[in-house]
Amino acid sequence: MEIDPFIFRLSIFILSIFIGYYVVWSVTPSLHTPLMSVTNAISSVIIVGAIIAGLAGNSDTIFNTSSIFGFLAISLAAINIFGGFLVTQRMLAMYKKKKKDK
Amino acid sequence: MLSANLSAIFYLISGVLFILALRGLSSPETSRQGNFFGILGMIIAVTVTFLSIGNFSNGFAVVLIFLLIGGLIGAFIAYKIPMTAMPELVAGFHSLVGLAAVFVAIAAFLNPQAFNLGSPGNIKLGSLIEMSIGAAVGAITFSGSIIAFLKLQGIMSGSPITFKGQHPLNALILISIVIITYFLCSTQSSNLFWILLVISFLIGFLLIIPIGGADMPVVISMLNSYSGWAAAGIGFTLENTALIITGALVGSSGAILSYIMCKGMNRSFFNVILGGFGATEQSSTSQNKEQRPVKSGNADDAAFLMKNASSVIIVPGYGMAVAQAQHALREMVDTLKKNDIKVSYAIHPVAGRMPGHMNVLLAEANVPYDEVFELEEINNDFANADVAFVIGANDVTNPAAKTDPQSPIYGMPVLDVEKCKSVLFVKRSLSPGYAGIDNDLFYKENTLMLFADAKKMTEDITKNL
Repeated sequence: MEIDPFIFRLSIFILSIFIGYYVVWSVTPSLHTPLMSVTNAISSVIIVGAIIAGLAGNSDTIFNTSSIFGFLAISLAAINIFGGFLVTQRMLAMYKKKKKDK
Repeated sequence: MLSANLSAIFYLISGVLFILALRGLSSPETSRQGNFFGILGMIIAVTVTFLSIGNFSNGFAVVLIFLLIGGLIGAFIAYKIPMTAMPELVAGFHSLVGLAAVFVAIAAFLNPQAFNLGSPGNIKLGSLIEMSIGAAVGAITFSGSIIAFLKLQGIMSGSPITFKGQHPLNALILISIVIITYFLCSTQSSNLFWILLVISFLIGFLLIIPIGGADMPVVISMLNSYSGWAAAGIGFTLENTALIITGALVGSSGAILSYIMCKGMNRSFFNVILGGFGATEQSSTSQNKEQRPVKSGNADDAAFLMKNASSVIIVPGYGMAVAQAQHALREMVDTLKKNDIKVSYAIHPVAGRMPGHMNVLLAEANVPYDEVFELEEINNDFANADVAFVIGANDVTNPAAKTDPQSPIYGMPVLDVEKCKSVLFVKRSLSPGYAGIDNDLFYKENTLMLFADAKKMTEDITKNL
């Protein structure tokens, strides 16, 4: 009997939880705020679903109920992607080491 | 048009890049590179999606317009937001992830053909279950984050809102979510889908209102975790590896942060979630309130004490963020350093309103991160330090956590501030902190209370140094 592809996705999911567990424990506590903003940004990769939904209409009907939800989701996710990565970058740029000459 | 296998490989690559993005945060030196990996992963995922659909008709332009609108708003917020507002920003962003997950689930439910999930009214069972879970968790994340945002922003009172029968009601709603999901999957009824969304929004709202302001670090981390699980649920529906990997990463990241925050308060996760902390304690302590003498001083006294010290440890808390005193504080420290006084900063895990809140503010004020220490690293140094300068913190210094088994915060790890030769407390008044309990430290022989706004007091001390 063939294995359901769902099982493969479940395997990826479970293993990723473990990767996440070990990777996040190694994050230094002083960077916990950037960690939250960057996880925010990357979880907005949900935009791929929104794009599929947005482009699902044919050329005559770009806007139907389903694709409108897709378009809205694209904007929401885009706010997060740009906002999340940029604010993380802004924060990380502030973390500086002590100057040697002092 | 990209073949399904090839795009799956690209999604895998972007998943790996997201892992590297988090890995980079293990130290400030590698963190910027990590963020770059994250951006790269996102670009790959979005590009591959466009290529695999291969539809560059009118719809494509509309997609780009919406993408651009969102992107501009996001970029604008990212550059404008003050660092002190970071907790609100993160809560707001979580709500957007949640809502986006809900919208994608709605789109997939209305037009399953676009996602190869079957046809309306006849969606594959597995996909429908995944979709429902993604939608429900997304809805909870959305409304919960909105409440967290309102509380952090001060639009809504930070004190816990509790009412009779709250917990049974929540339990009832959670059970009904499971039941509705079951019937939704067996009947494919769109009405049930909408009902599921509505009550999920409702439960997210109800779950967060009983949780008080200072428990927000746990709440934000928890919602962070939820947003991850919602993304993963949608990832299963869309059979998208990048989304599944990311969802799992974010989900476990939020869970670990919640755990760290709970441990920092010595409270169980359920204790925080059930909420109401502080509201009940206040009434019991106010009864035996006795007027005890405190020593209070002015900026002059504080400056004198610090000038004669050889080492000073600074303990910042939420009050520093409220008063925006981080820059004034750094100026004070610069003056101290010129007088050859050793200065370091001690950060309690739950100081502030979100994990790492204090570190970001200090970094903003140009404090080098190697002068900033976590609780375990610095706690032994208090005994050898001359002055502890507590600015805007309270409960995290309360010795009752170590000595008084009756205290509601007993067992919570605290900074051993009282071991310093002298303690300076910058505080607006003697009012108790979030836990609603008095701090014995205020009445100690070697404590000097500085009643003032944190920023103003710090500036005054600098002038007197």
